[in-house]
Amino acid sequence: MKIVREALAGTMESSDLMVKIAPAEGELDVVVHSEVIKQFGDQIRKVVNDTLRAMEIRQGLIIIEDKGALDCVIRARLQSAILRAAEGTEIDWGKMR
Amino acid sequence: MKKLRRSMLFLPGANAAMLSTAFIYRPDSIMFDLEDAVALREKDTARLLVFHALQHPMYQDIETVVRINPLNTPFGLPDLEAVVRAGVDVVRLPKTDTPEDIYELERHLERIELACGREIGSTRVMAAIESAVGVINAVAIARSSQRLIGIALAAFDYVMDMQTERGDGTELFYARCAVLHAARAAGIDAFDVVWSDVNDEAGFLREVELVRKMGFNGKSLINPRQIDLLHNAYAPTQQEVDHAKVVIEAAEEGERNGLGVVSLNGKMIDAPIINHAQMVLERAAASGVRR
Repeated sequence: MKIVREALAGTMESSDLMVKIAPAEGELDVVVHSEVIKQFGDQIRKVVNDTLRAMEIRQGLIIIEDKGALDCVIRARLQSAILRAAEGTEIDWGKMR
Repeated sequence: MKKLRRSMLFLPGANAAMLSTAFIYRPDSIMFDLEDAVALREKDTARLLVFHALQHPMYQDIETVVRINPLNTPFGLPDLEAVVRAGVDVVRLPKTDTPEDIYELERHLERIELACGREIGSTRVMAAIESAVGVINAVAIARSSQRLIGIALAAFDYVMDMQTERGDGTELFYARCAVLHAARAAGIDAFDVVWSDVNDEAGFLREVELVRKMGFNGKSLINPRQIDLLHNAYAPTQQEVDHAKVVIEAAEEGERNGLGVVSLNGKMIDAPIINHAQMVLERAAASGVRR
């Protein structure tokens, strides 16, 4: 899946997160800011990386502002932002797990 | 024991905080809303939030319902694709006017269940009746599918269709009777409308008392504060529990003595009375005794 435009998903409310995505040539740059980065930073990055891998995202700039969201919320918001930023709208549900 | 469905708590599908915590309130069923509570531009992300929440362990031991968007909108079918694959227990179809609406939903459910490996027929359905046409067709709708667990009356659209407004309940009188009779004729549950003024507890309790006495299984709720009030109102009194125990004991003694019919304090105890006593004891086991 290729990121072709800028997109946002999520909110800055507690238990949620804001995902910002922009196209970038040649590399994948992921920036994570979180209120709970000391306790859960590794887990948040794992969820983000697993989600990006499953959706075959290899290029782009992704900035995440986490406000203490559960893993399932992180996954959902990131997938929403990617789908908004990518070409095509057909969802492969097998890759959304 | 039949599944208790006194309380069905609405959760806006786009609200991450509520999706992360609502299971702690223990309603009988949780209803994720993808329809009216979600803005058009948030439909896609709400669908994914609900897709993942449904699969989370925190929602595995509570009945989950999703109100999808109508199938004649661009959102209805994608909603269905997502929630069936995520293992939802019940799909609530809004604005159900005819049995054909349920047949159409069934066709899609069967196709998606087959595609994702779910057992055919395992996704249950609930029809929401929101118009005069829907009320008129309530019996046919209630009998339209083996998947139906219940039908619900939704007041906001209904009163607009009837060119009136929410009031003391007079405006819903015929619709409540029609929906309830249709549900009972089909052997499924009936759910009453939401009470939208969360701060008016007295009004809420008056309405709950009315629909409980009419025979509704429960109500849709919009705030967790209403759950305990509703469950308490549906709990039997201590007097009802005591009487039910005496009825069951008398019935058991009659059975031991080989009697088909027994009497208690000069009144005959037959199957409907015994069934009612069992239901009272089951409700007491689930909700305790009314405070």
